[in-house]
Amino acid sequence: MRIEITPISESALVCRLNAPSELGKQQKLWAFAAALEQHDGIAEVVVGMNNLTVFTRFDTDLAVLADKLQDVWEHTAVAANQGKLVEIPVCYGGEYGPDLAEVAAFHQTDIAEIVRRHTAQTYTVFMMGFQPGFPYLGGLPESLHTPRRAVPRTSVPAGSVGIGGSQTGVYPFASPGGWQIIGKTELPLFRADLNPPTLLAAGDQVRFVAERIEP
Amino acid sequence: MIHVSAVQAPAHIQDAGRYGHRRYGIGHAGAMDTVALAAGNILLGNDEGAAAIEIALGGITLVFEQDTPFCLTGAVYQAELDGEPVYSYWRYTARKGQTLKLVRAVQGMYGYVCVAGGFDVPEVMGSRSTDLKAGFGGHQGRMLQKGDCLPVGKGAQELSKVGIAPIPFTDTVHLVPSSEYAAFSEEGRLNLERETWTLQSDSNRMGYRFDGQPLTLSQPLEMLSHAVQAGTVQVPPSGKPIILLADAQTTGGYPKIATVAAADLGRLAQVRFGSKVRFKIIGLKEAAALRRKNRAYLNQIRRIVNEAG
Repeated sequence: MRIEITPISESALVCRLNAPSELGKQQKLWAFAAALEQHDGIAEVVVGMNNLTVFTRFDTDLAVLADKLQDVWEHTAVAANQGKLVEIPVCYGGEYGPDLAEVAAFHQTDIAEIVRRHTAQTYTVFMMGFQPGFPYLGGLPESLHTPRRAVPRTSVPAGSVGIGGSQTGVYPFASPGGWQIIGKTELPLFRADLNPPTLLAAGDQVRFVAERIEP
Repeated sequence: MIHVSAVQAPAHIQDAGRYGHRRYGIGHAGAMDTVALAAGNILLGNDEGAAAIEIALGGITLVFEQDTPFCLTGAVYQAELDGEPVYSYWRYTARKGQTLKLVRAVQGMYGYVCVAGGFDVPEVMGSRSTDLKAGFGGHQGRMLQKGDCLPVGKGAQELSKVGIAPIPFTDTVHLVPSSEYAAFSEEGRLNLERETWTLQSDSNRMGYRFDGQPLTLSQPLEMLSHAVQAGTVQVPPSGKPIILLADAQTTGGYPKIATVAAADLGRLAQVRFGSKVRFKIIGLKEAAALRRKNRAYLNQIRRIVNEAG
């Protein structure tokens, strides 16, 4: 697995793998990130989809660091068990999930079946980003892939559980959004007063649990 | 304490920013013009990154409940202390009960009200900056409102009146190439530097949107989500660049043609809606030279302050 390293600014290098993004590659990126956390000259590490960005101090020589990164990457071993399992209770449908019926219609089935498919899966947090505590989840079954709404909502409430194309996730904060909203959780994904402040981290496993289903 | 008796524009507490939490999706926030913030703080004997009020274009009225040295930096404001004119980049001492009124920004976008000791709001994850989207940090995680009382940290109670050279405004912003620079067509890369870009009014602390001849890719590019930072020049399919700033999200999916030279981020922040800017691509060495120039400016303020006592 080759990694390609390119500067993106005066103080950052992006390390990229060839497409497509796969769980195995992502697992190695998590291990790579962990190996780099305490590395000299590195300020922050952000795992992306199939890539990882290293933010440095301004006095770090990017060319020298790039060579070191290549070396650390080649010596990074993937640990088998990466994260914790988190259950997220969800109220599906009704006012909580205004698009649930539409998603069911799109897949020519009923809402109970959509909820069954969504809760049957164990998802993996591939990366965190966009908003504080927002997880990019991998593992949505194809039988739930649904196009985004033609007209995005100007505001989706905090805690909304949605499907956007081949992705599913939870909005920690109110946000504009084009995803199909199928439910809502009361579980906070972000609390500024906790350490770490987010419920989830890259590598964690997520299961959605149906608390109730409304038509 | 300082009392907010009126506010007509988005104003909030910002410091040098919140670092080290990107992996949780937590952005940096912080002042849009960190050099202006640092200049004000050094002038008052504070740490460079002490918390100040950042206000965009409009007015705010503050009442001092104790003798407090203060200064205004960043955007040039029409301002007065109990009716007497107050000039940006000069240090004053307000007396207990006096009213500081910032009427409006005459030049630039973001003004800073710095006080000796800084604003002593609680630190959240190592910073006093307001994260407006997530609603934490600063004063109760939100914009300032009429009636708010802001605590001031321990600082000098009396300082002589001293002025420093203001940071000049600019219409040329320096960029360094980013990872997808080569993926843009030759015309796209030429447009970036030869076009005059107009700042759109739907710009904000999250990003500045520019209008001009579109930046086109050589061929369509499928990008996966990746980290972005303040200064990232991302190009959505419209070809109109969006430059991410202090409140940038931590990840994005658009190609990155360039990144604003770190030294020029504050200068870019001060560009006004409807104004035109030009971009100039430079190398990492030239970008480092610009940072040294900013550092020399701040060191000079430190010398002036030391001499003034």
